[in-house]
Amino acid sequence: MSTILGRMELPLEEHPIAPYIRMDRMPHIWCPTCGIGTVVKCYATALEQSQLDLDKVAVVSGIGCTGRVAGYLKLDGFHSTHGRAIPFATGLKLARPELLVTVFSGDGDLVGIGGNHFIHAARRNMDLMIVLVNNFIYGMTGGQNAATTPPGAKTSTMPFGNYERPFNLPHLAASCGATYVARWTSLHVRRLTKSFREALGRKGFRFIEVIAPCSTLYARLNKLGTGYDLMRFYHDNAEIQHGADVRDLDIAFQDRIICGKFIDEERPTFQEMMMAHYKKVLGEKYVPMSPEGGWIHE
Amino acid sequence: MKADPAGVLVGSHYLDGDYACGEGAMAAGCRFVAGYPITPSTEVVERIGRRFPTMGGTFIQMEDELASMAAVVGASWTGTKSMTVTSGPGFSLMMENIGLAAMMETPCVVVDVQRGGPSTGLPTMVGQADMMQARWGSHGDYETIALCPQSPQEAFDLTILAFNLSETFRVPVLLMMDECVGHMTEKVVIPPADTIEIVPRRLTKQPKETYRPYRVNGNGTGVPEFARAGDGYRFHATGLTHDERGYPVMSVDCQELCVRRLVDKIRLNADAISRYDEEQTEGADVVVVAYGITARVSRMAIDLARKEGAKVGFLRLITVWPFPEKRIRDLARKTKAFVVPEINYGQMALEVERCAAGAAGTVHVPHGGGGVHDPEAILKAILGVKR
Repeated sequence: MSTILGRMELPLEEHPIAPYIRMDRMPHIWCPTCGIGTVVKCYATALEQSQLDLDKVAVVSGIGCTGRVAGYLKLDGFHSTHGRAIPFATGLKLARPELLVTVFSGDGDLVGIGGNHFIHAARRNMDLMIVLVNNFIYGMTGGQNAATTPPGAKTSTMPFGNYERPFNLPHLAASCGATYVARWTSLHVRRLTKSFREALGRKGFRFIEVIAPCSTLYARLNKLGTGYDLMRFYHDNAEIQHGADVRDLDIAFQDRIICGKFIDEERPTFQEMMMAHYKKVLGEKYVPMSPEGGWIHE
Repeated sequence: MKADPAGVLVGSHYLDGDYACGEGAMAAGCRFVAGYPITPSTEVVERIGRRFPTMGGTFIQMEDELASMAAVVGASWTGTKSMTVTSGPGFSLMMENIGLAAMMETPCVVVDVQRGGPSTGLPTMVGQADMMQARWGSHGDYETIALCPQSPQEAFDLTILAFNLSETFRVPVLLMMDECVGHMTEKVVIPPADTIEIVPRRLTKQPKETYRPYRVNGNGTGVPEFARAGDGYRFHATGLTHDERGYPVMSVDCQELCVRRLVDKIRLNADAISRYDEEQTEGADVVVVAYGITARVSRMAIDLARKEGAKVGFLRLITVWPFPEKRIRDLARKTKAFVVPEINYGQMALEVERCAAGAAGTVHVPHGGGGVHDPEAILKAILGVKR
């Protein structure tokens, strides 16, 4: 056995989620102690447990730190434009209905610049699973204020503290028609994985918010310590309240974070509504989009 | 291959340009359309929305044009031919994801039924002032293809051509219609499906293990082979500068490789793409260059000028982008001046002037929009060129 710097070299073991990751792109761009990697691990684990045909699973991201997820998962992955991951995914899903499409992006992307698409996709009950990693700021561009920044928190564009009211995202998603709504922090590895697994098995607009405050910028600007301190904070301040009233899920600065599964119901998806309606009004004349899509070939 | 008969409404019809464009899309094999209502383009999607459910197509009215264009790009990655339709204000919003389509090399068609601008402008009245936006509208360097129909029949024909070119070169192709052609009703002949040549989405046959989404296999066109989502290739596509694996690489070298090819695949094939009608340019003192509805107005002015003894040629642009540089350069050596009427304050005229490079004059005949030129104005410009 050879030695490196005087230490014994240990036999290399493959990381358990390596088959789901583009290992040729490692190391990733995320900061040490950032929660996004943990969320990806949970998602990959849920994929493995769900025994899905991965050829039919696609992931779409927008722009930002979480926007890079689509480039690291070893699936058909699309890194689209800022805010447009949901409409891009809508086209992908409608044009090949057999695909299982997950949108993986951040709060700035999905509910800041992309807010309009978010509410309409929820309203339509578009068959998309939405994973939103909420880091409370715009991380990649340097810690600017977001639509999710807790009141009073300092950001690089609000150095004297945020005076805007942030979104309560589970409430937003639920009130627009999401059929599965859950929130966890990146500390809740086991519960988050379970939520992913559940959501992968459901249909319709499924929304999972993962609280993972930016350990580089949000923590530094607000003097919250290291990634370890953030984890300790979640541990002490996250309360699990399944079925909590979504109106009560606001997140105040350095206050408790209510987690859990809040909504889990069945409602026909956009495509189911469309097909049922056309069958009713057009009868035999209706030709639905084939599950494989509208690709025309010789 | 030949068109899918399900989308071809064979026969002789009395259609406006918008409806004819919709029929062209369905004949070309388009089976996904996302759009947002905007005058004067909405009839295109109304037609498609009515016919799609009988041929396995899906139309969705999105929440805005940003979403419409994003959905079209997403849909195209399933191999389904996809299109969106809009007018000026929506065209502005679509620029973001037209850039994404260019960068990801996504075949798709965008129809702009031009109205008067800027801003909300003249929603129900004609304009041709988005021509430069078609070329330069999204940020960064890229090339597009843009076509201009002059009649409902051509709206049908050129929509099919737009799809064929977008499949061949993997670029967004822009059909730059105008309100007059869009709302003009004329005879449109739709031939049987087995006489309509369409370019299908050609999927790669490379083994999954070695497939590289942006590798060009020396086929001379500079266009990589396409894999669609859901076939097990598990590829990555991004709007970031990327290498042949589709992986982001932030470097000067990769930018040169990636963007140079986006530009070159159109520039080096410009002659194959370029289409125009030309008449009596041999020995002409003046050549009128026009497109869309203005080409038809120009025809009357040209007839009147010829009656007055003027030697007038006519170059009607069908593809406006890539611009027929060589043809203008050649004609500039043989003619005294180009007369360029268009419904804007000088857009394609600048291209004519650039290519003429002083070898011939360029006389612009502007019109601010809301109507077409008085043929007298074009006639005056023609006769104003000293013989």
